[in-house]
Amino acid sequence: MTGIQRPGGENSGESSGEDESTFGTERHGLFGVSGSGDTSGFGGLVREPWVAPEAERPYGGYFDELVDTLAIAYPQLGEAVIRTIVDRGELTLHLEREHLLGVAAALRNDPNLRFELLSSVAGVDYLDPSNPESKRLHAVYELRSMTYRRRLRLEVAASVADPHIPSVVGLYPTADWQERETFDLFGIVFDGHPALTRILMPDDWDGHPQRKDYPLGGIAVEYKGATIPPPDQRRAYR
Amino acid sequence: MTDAFAPSRETTEGRVYNLTGGDWEAVSGAIADAGDERIVLNLGPQHPSTHGVLRIVLELEGETVTDARCVIGYLHTGIEKNVEFRNWTQATTFLTRADYLAPMFSETAYALATERLLGVEVPERARLIRIMMMEINRISSHWVALATGGMEIGALTAMTNGFRARERCLDVFELITGLRMNNSYVRVGGLANDLPEGYEPKIRDWIKETRKELQGVNKLLTGQTIWVSRLKDVGWIGVEGCLSLGITGPLLRAAGLPWDLRKTDPYLGYEEFDFEVPTDDRGDSWSRYIVRVAEMWESLKIVEQVLDRLAPGPVVVDDPKIAWPAKLSVGPDGMGNSLEHVQKIMATSMESLIHHFKLVTEGFRVPPGQVYQAVESPRGELGAHVVSDGGTRPYRVHFREPSFVNLQGTALMSIGGMIADVIAAVASIDPVMGGCDR
Repeated sequence: MTGIQRPGGENSGESSGEDESTFGTERHGLFGVSGSGDTSGFGGLVREPWVAPEAERPYGGYFDELVDTLAIAYPQLGEAVIRTIVDRGELTLHLEREHLLGVAAALRNDPNLRFELLSSVAGVDYLDPSNPESKRLHAVYELRSMTYRRRLRLEVAASVADPHIPSVVGLYPTADWQERETFDLFGIVFDGHPALTRILMPDDWDGHPQRKDYPLGGIAVEYKGATIPPPDQRRAYR
Repeated sequence: MTDAFAPSRETTEGRVYNLTGGDWEAVSGAIADAGDERIVLNLGPQHPSTHGVLRIVLELEGETVTDARCVIGYLHTGIEKNVEFRNWTQATTFLTRADYLAPMFSETAYALATERLLGVEVPERARLIRIMMMEINRISSHWVALATGGMEIGALTAMTNGFRARERCLDVFELITGLRMNNSYVRVGGLANDLPEGYEPKIRDWIKETRKELQGVNKLLTGQTIWVSRLKDVGWIGVEGCLSLGITGPLLRAAGLPWDLRKTDPYLGYEEFDFEVPTDDRGDSWSRYIVRVAEMWESLKIVEQVLDRLAPGPVVVDDPKIAWPAKLSVGPDGMGNSLEHVQKIMATSMESLIHHFKLVTEGFRVPPGQVYQAVESPRGELGAHVVSDGGTRPYRVHFREPSFVNLQGTALMSIGGMIADVIAAVASIDPVMGGCDR
């Protein structure tokens, strides 16, 4: 939490490690084979854990001004923002879900911010096999200010046990179908949505297919005596 | 009632008819007997006027629409899930099949996003060819919008002319990529192959032909009484409605806001090109027709400028860890590795073979992170949200599909109008269900 000063000068930004955009687990053996002799050498490879680095002031470009303006329009911003990330020319604010609606309302309504368009709502499942209780389900909002030609990404996380995130349909009606899609494919429950039903999958479908622990499916194909397993069970580099 | 074409059954909601043969007499007779003007009509998903497998549930009071709900998902093929199990290059071959009328745009949005994650930039020639292919694709997509839109309201000559002109665009695609559709031409790091010999006169001929076809459209449709009265004041939606529902593209520009990502958020160097963003101020289906035709004229201007500027050079990044090792070429049986490359890896260079094998089977690794890259597709803002975990496969690819988002405007455009105008309104949204449902 380098960027935003918390009330009372307290700068305790370190998050619980639960709701970060993170691939925080070290991975061994990049060839998807275990239990057999390793003749490839790939079994010894280790992929370092990665966590999106916390941004430091100055963020660069219009990002500083944007965050400052937002802090004026939404005074509780210090409590709302868990992490600020500036990566590849894009600003991401990870928010506590209780503050999502307040921040979004300020972004839309404040004349100095004017994020008129919610471009996209997408889900991402940051599954951590070693910590399945983590807040792995992320809802990612891409906001666009047409007046000031700015972009901003908001990210809100929830766990599978408590997959609730407030709905922004009241502020941005375009989120209607997009939240339904994210509910359908990830099982994030958007509280306050007028009709949160499945949209792409059949109404009686079980499970949420884009979660990382939901299999791709498919059957093995036999060809000239050899059997080729379905894509999600094939040996593959990771 | 024992009509073979319109069997009926009683439900708690009222009598339900299942029309299979187009014999309306049983239904219209029953409505007259019931003395109730309110009927709920299910339109689609298999219906020639719903622009693909779109289903609309209409509530009618006589012929006036009182409620309209879209039901989608009939073409959901799990493209976004599938690409998580393929490498970064293979993902293109899935994404090109999402919006099958505008494959160049999905490919380019995905390629640009991945290149930003990789931190590479494609060479000048690849950049220009991408722009040219997208503009040709914009024209071919708008031809289909005109053709199917015309067909759905009964203008069959608009359809035959539109598809004829669109086929000419696909001829250009076939010349360059070897395929009419599902091209997978724009790859991460560049293009699948360079332009073939003798491309320039052929594309210049195509420009001339397209100009002629566009003048033909003008003569056939613009002043035609039936076309005008079917489209004017139909399917209205204003700028406020567009912005709150997230509607972009020709619909937003037809409502009067000159919002075009090629101008407002230039990517690939669109700012170097001289073209206008056509707008209109009526916000109805007529305006969308005018805007689409004007956009095709502007796209032709861009294609010409690209042709003037194209200079020889590489079409993939100069990084052997990313660039596809083989030079692909179009052979008699479609696109594949060029014969010289096969000769080299099979006969003379073991290292080249190893390199080829590693890059093709393993692919390259993309540094972790996420980006959102939007391009202006024929239907509006097409955004690719790409997340990488540092591996050889995309961790998550989400497409912000303009077909999906724009269809939310159906109810606003239809309610209060006549049932026949629903067809004209949906046609003017120009949704492509392959993109919408992914």
